[in-house]
Amino acid sequence: MPDTHDVALMAHLMRRAGFGADREELERRVAQGYEATVEELVDPPESIPRADEDLLFRYMPSLETGGPVTDPGAANWLYQMLNTQRPLEEKMAFFWHHVFATGNSKIDNDNHLTAQVKLFREHGLGNYGELLLRIAKNPAMIYWLDNNENHKRSPNENWGRELLELFSLGVGNYTETDVFECARAFTGWTLGPKIPRVPNHRFFFQFEFRPEEHDFGEKTFLGRTGAFNGDDIIQIILEQPACARFIARHLYNFFVADEAQVPAWDIEPPRDPEAIDLMAKTLVDNNYELKPLLRLMLNSDFFKQAMFQKVKSPVEVVVGTLRLTGDLQGLTQAVVPVARESGYMGQSLHNPPSVEGWHTGPDWINSGAVVSRVNFVADHVSDVDLPGVRNIVRRVAASNGKEMSPAALVDECVDLIGPLQVSEQTRAELISHAEGDGALSWAGDDDYAASAQRVGEMLALIAATPEYQFG
Amino acid sequence: MTTATKPPVLVVVQLTGGNDFMNTVVPYDNGHYRDARKGGLRIDEDAVLKLDGEFGLHPTLAPIKELYDQGDMAVLHGVGYPNSPRSHFRSMDIWHTCEPNKVGTEGWAGRAVRDLDPSAENPVTGVHIGQGLPRALVVSGVPVASVADLSTYGLLTSIEQEQKRDKMLTRFVNMYGRAIGTGPVNDYLGRTGLDALKGADILKDGRAKYSSGVEYGTDQISKNLRDIASIHTADLGTRLFYTSHVGFDTHANQQPTFDRLWTDLARGIADFWDDLRAHQADENVVMFLFSEFGRRVRDNGSGSDHGAGGGCIAIGPRVRGGLHGQFPNMAPEALESGDLVPNQDFRGVYSTLLEDWLQLDPVPIVDGTFEKPAFIQTVGAA
Repeated sequence: MPDTHDVALMAHLMRRAGFGADREELERRVAQGYEATVEELVDPPESIPRADEDLLFRYMPSLETGGPVTDPGAANWLYQMLNTQRPLEEKMAFFWHHVFATGNSKIDNDNHLTAQVKLFREHGLGNYGELLLRIAKNPAMIYWLDNNENHKRSPNENWGRELLELFSLGVGNYTETDVFECARAFTGWTLGPKIPRVPNHRFFFQFEFRPEEHDFGEKTFLGRTGAFNGDDIIQIILEQPACARFIARHLYNFFVADEAQVPAWDIEPPRDPEAIDLMAKTLVDNNYELKPLLRLMLNSDFFKQAMFQKVKSPVEVVVGTLRLTGDLQGLTQAVVPVARESGYMGQSLHNPPSVEGWHTGPDWINSGAVVSRVNFVADHVSDVDLPGVRNIVRRVAASNGKEMSPAALVDECVDLIGPLQVSEQTRAELISHAEGDGALSWAGDDDYAASAQRVGEMLALIAATPEYQFG
Repeated sequence: MTTATKPPVLVVVQLTGGNDFMNTVVPYDNGHYRDARKGGLRIDEDAVLKLDGEFGLHPTLAPIKELYDQGDMAVLHGVGYPNSPRSHFRSMDIWHTCEPNKVGTEGWAGRAVRDLDPSAENPVTGVHIGQGLPRALVVSGVPVASVADLSTYGLLTSIEQEQKRDKMLTRFVNMYGRAIGTGPVNDYLGRTGLDALKGADILKDGRAKYSSGVEYGTDQISKNLRDIASIHTADLGTRLFYTSHVGFDTHANQQPTFDRLWTDLARGIADFWDDLRAHQADENVVMFLFSEFGRRVRDNGSGSDHGAGGGCIAIGPRVRGGLHGQFPNMAPEALESGDLVPNQDFRGVYSTLLEDWLQLDPVPIVDGTFEKPAFIQTVGAA
């Protein structure tokens, strides 16, 4: 039997570097070792597969098609999050969706967002500088921030501004002139012709450089002067110390502990300045390769000590619950409606509220979101027919002999749903509730079924605790 | 038939993304407008719904032109603030927090809710219809119900046995009550949990009371306005409603997007007021529309870039209808970086809503004293 602390720490790692894991997987990974697990997450070998996309498109081709609604793309992504065996790769794709937040509210071609997420999936663990260049040439991004309307004679500064404000440096590290000069350097980085139309969905845009639209003139950007193009601008950005710190803080906020919202970063100091310094230095020392930084972060004490220091995002709530309960494994049409659930809690995949992405931490909590979160988790964990819940029931039944006290029921359930840390007061409430129905028996089939229901009900009540909102 | 004794209610409709106000209320007779909008965005004299010899509404606003003609709609020109940052997020933050010089953490509408219900007795004094909660409504310790879908609102609804569910909800109340006092995030979470439960119970009762002969559109803003109408007519004590209509960031291909957004919105607003009138629940309501900024005077060929200085609209029987304030000088030499220079601080507009409508002291809410445009009828005036 693995040590409880080791299981709790592994659960923490898997919640943050993935979307959670059931107890069988946690125990297998504890046996494998913490650092070995980090290594597998950060640099997964070829033999560990992603979710089977070919299978998805063969049997549910609608999830490949685009359109004005986000449902197919969100469902596609939910399938990937649920079925991948490379969870950090998927979590990093989700991280970049937070940073380079692009929404179908404007793109109106959901398959282009699916393509953008695929870019994040394939390159999100690679080099940040290369990723920045790829996103600068990504058709969905070009359209989202109007760089297709950025012409030599009428520069459109939308992309230029957000590149500096939200994607690399943060407010306070550039001037209005830099924004304008940056926009000039990206003139002519546009979309190719929209034909031909492919049979079962809309055309795909392509990146195209049009020299006649590009301003080849001299620019002055962040103190440097030259006939810069977009590649040069990105190179100059990467040389700014503010850039590594900005990305480090984003990663810290996403993986370690909740920070202030992005617009406040030039005013509010980081929660853990030493950690940000170390993370930024690691990025610079490794030429913006992300794997060394992720390895350092996930193995660090500041990460291990940050258990339950983050309010779970809606997508983490949904995917974590589905993975815990074993619901929607493999191919199923049910991913389509369930993919909308996180939106009801304030986070629609493929549709961030703005290019700033989502406000995180306590901003996930409002009375509407509490209702949606609690209900979604409670609906699932109280369903004793779901394979994951059945396994939890089996473990609870096997833990304490044929008779079981209400307190033992509570402790087993709190352990198996997390392991979660609950306050003494919360534990007392849970026990009082369990005591209302007395001791449990697992002796015969009837008793087993009745007790299983009580486990489901207890798990639902635990899902409703304040503690369960943190991950 | 007067409902003047009922407490005043404010409905805020946020147009997210930067509504092109000068194409909403169009200065069609202004030569500078015609010059600047030659890239295809110009609305010509024969297309506008004329308000006077200078201004006309965009044709998609036809359903609410009637409200203007009845004297129930006020147009506020030149609203903004100095040194507009032209960033959506920052601009919206400024509108939400009334803090143009630093990042604020409290929302003006949340502060208004706090002052309307200082002891937080009614968790539905402020109601947001939509996903998440805009910063305008965020003030620690001030409950605001946020409802994505009014028809399914409730807690632990999967526990079918009513008696069992009630017992679990009692535990829920105890656990969230005890989280309060164990740190700021837990305080917030604890209070939010308690308010969520109480609010859900109130809204559930209210929903059951509502019926309407008005058939709203199926688009999101119409649905949101219908939810507001149903809560308002149920008399639950809600004083401030907030909802958003998103997608106004029209840098490119503006015309079809703008047309769709305003077609949905104008119809939704007209339906909303029809509904309220049918319920004799319109007299104590003012609706207020704003956007984080207007757009650049000169269009960019197919759309318009982020600008400064926009405009607002207020609607309701107690509104002083007509055009208010001075449209900023559009002459190229009078522009600042190609943008209109606002002449009415947005905090003054909020102050009118807060003081002359909601009867609150606006100074602590908007953090200062600003010139108030007189677009609300004073009590007793017809």
